[in-house]
Amino acid sequence: MSEEARGAVLERLRRALHRQGPGASGARDAVVARLAAAAPGLIPARGDLGHEGRIQLFTAEAEAVHATVRRLRRYDALPEAIARYLRERNLPLQLVMASDPLLAELDWPRSMLMVRARRARDEDAVGLTLAFAAVAETGTLMLCSAPETPTTLAFLPETSIVVVAAGRVLRAYEDGLRLLYEERTTLPRSINFVTGPSRSGDIEQTLQLGAHGPRRLHIVIVDEPVTRSGPRSWA
Amino acid sequence: MQPTSLAFKDNARRAMADPVLQAALGFARTGFQDKRRAAALRLPEFEALRDQAKAIKDHTLAHLDLYLEAFEQRVIEQGGKVHWARDAAEARAVILRLCRAAGARSVTKSKSMICEEIGLNEALEASGIARVETDLGEYIVQLAGETPSHILAPAIHMTKERVADLFAEHHGRPRVATPEALLDEARQALRQRYFEADVGITGANFLIAATGSVVLVTNEGNAELTQGLPKTHIAVASLEKVVPTLEDACTLLRVLSRSATGQEFSAYTTIVTGPKRPNDLDGPANFHVVLVDNGRSQVVGSDFQDILRCIRCGACMNHCPVYLTTGGHAYGWVYPGPMGAVLTPQFIGIEQGHHLPSASTFCGRCEAVCPVRIPLPKLMRYWREEQFTRRLSPPTVRYGTRLWAFAARRPGLYHLGARFVAGLLGLLGGRRGRFRRLPLAGGWTGTRDLPAPTGRTFQALWRARGGGS
Repeated sequence: MSEEARGAVLERLRRALHRQGPGASGARDAVVARLAAAAPGLIPARGDLGHEGRIQLFTAEAEAVHATVRRLRRYDALPEAIARYLRERNLPLQLVMASDPLLAELDWPRSMLMVRARRARDEDAVGLTLAFAAVAETGTLMLCSAPETPTTLAFLPETSIVVVAAGRVLRAYEDGLRLLYEERTTLPRSINFVTGPSRSGDIEQTLQLGAHGPRRLHIVIVDEPVTRSGPRSWA
Repeated sequence: MQPTSLAFKDNARRAMADPVLQAALGFARTGFQDKRRAAALRLPEFEALRDQAKAIKDHTLAHLDLYLEAFEQRVIEQGGKVHWARDAAEARAVILRLCRAAGARSVTKSKSMICEEIGLNEALEASGIARVETDLGEYIVQLAGETPSHILAPAIHMTKERVADLFAEHHGRPRVATPEALLDEARQALRQRYFEADVGITGANFLIAATGSVVLVTNEGNAELTQGLPKTHIAVASLEKVVPTLEDACTLLRVLSRSATGQEFSAYTTIVTGPKRPNDLDGPANFHVVLVDNGRSQVVGSDFQDILRCIRCGACMNHCPVYLTTGGHAYGWVYPGPMGAVLTPQFIGIEQGHHLPSASTFCGRCEAVCPVRIPLPKLMRYWREEQFTRRLSPPTVRYGTRLWAFAARRPGLYHLGARFVAGLLGLLGGRRGRFRRLPLAGGWTGTRDLPAPTGRTFQALWRARGGGS
């Protein structure tokens, strides 16, 4: 059925678009070229800033959509910063997190945190994951699924904490895509552009946070350059 | 869905007498419009981005066959499957077959207008597969046994009191009535359903030919849980959703959220490509895309091709004086507002839908705010011509139009006639200056008085006051 439908639909389109004519091969070439080029269109000048400017814009935009943003110099300050964030909000000191060595090597018990590296389940209250990059333009995180960074970490728990390297706070979405093409040979199953916590306006058009995804989104920007082995998920 | 578009006039009358609906629509008037304007003003490149968005869609439509083939090939390379459906019945059959093959007893769905269009909900129910809508508004509409009245905010016509009643009835818990408590309750009620579902069905905001990806945009995060938790993900998309590259999608996304809700970017924009990878810890094992034609391939190359640029942002209805007075249900089918007035006759036939293109003041705001610059009034005018040619309008309207057209082509006659009528009506209107009733104008005077002309035409007054000199 589907094969027959496919033929019929494509046939109708080809007829409507005069694919038999002399221009047909030109059209095919145009399509091939456009697909290969993956050329960015107009990119708003808003994010056209230096390193610090991008981080400031990212922070302001993310805060405008009810995310909270914290900046740290080094990764080893992460456990304490997260513990403080959770204590201040009376949240359990227990989290599920990405299995990336960058996080695994940190001293979590010293900050009284119980961590487990796995995918998130329904009962998990706090999820911690690493962003592939961030986009200053709209305060958007770019998360990529990988064995080390399962998607559920940022969607099931009520509190989502995401770490992003300061050097990867980019100008625009297209810059994030370009970085992805450079660093990986294939696309991940899921790329999530996340801009603030989950929200809904469906009941009397009143903005409510935490519809299905996280109620809180806490973003930690870390200045320390990622050398060492680097997060495996970025390799 | 059985169309009731032919009853538009009655539907509209009922809607205007419904205080709850009028209050709900009042919000759209201020909320959606102000937010869109603010977002557009904040981005200096907004107008240029609209031009690019239009160009991307025009280019894609001119090469639609080739981009669809490229898309299909990439999906297959990534380990997914593509299914084609000529019409709604085929689409339903394909989806049901996939659900059965997955052994589905329950499916979760994230809001999808194409699924409404093909009547998937009824089909799932008829085959005994439990369906859970996960978009909060759509879930509310499902509990009420209704259909969406807005393509973005399906439950825009309901008060929180009505939602509270529905939840109390269906969740078997004490009644709560604050939006916050209602959202909590829905979150809890739906959580388990995500895990129980065997299949997750989503629509698609865009399909990416270069990568075989499906792009999903939500604010709630429900599409991510819908497609990410069950073993099988089925994305249902109409042909015109395809765009060449992820970069093209970025341009369209920049105008989509701003035009829709006035957000800089929706909370979640997700690009899914193929099924779960070998070592991934989550994601569906099966990834299907159902490509639905349902008449679109006949629109390509026709006078109506521009409507296929539509990215379903809802700006046209949010700015339409008719939609904001009647609400979405009055339109009597899946798509309301100006885009619905153009689309609906395509699907249900002009005989069934001929009131809709006439339900417009032709103020042009829909075109002014459309992110992909669809000339909606022009397209509605095509339908009006069709309506005239097929004699669907009442004889008085047809003869009246013909008479007016005759005069309008003869300025001398027109001016003479106008002078005569203005003078006569001015005389008849007398001191009261208005008419309670007037032959042939019952449509107007039935609900309000008609102000009488002062006796002289505009041109006469203009000359008398030395205008133009």
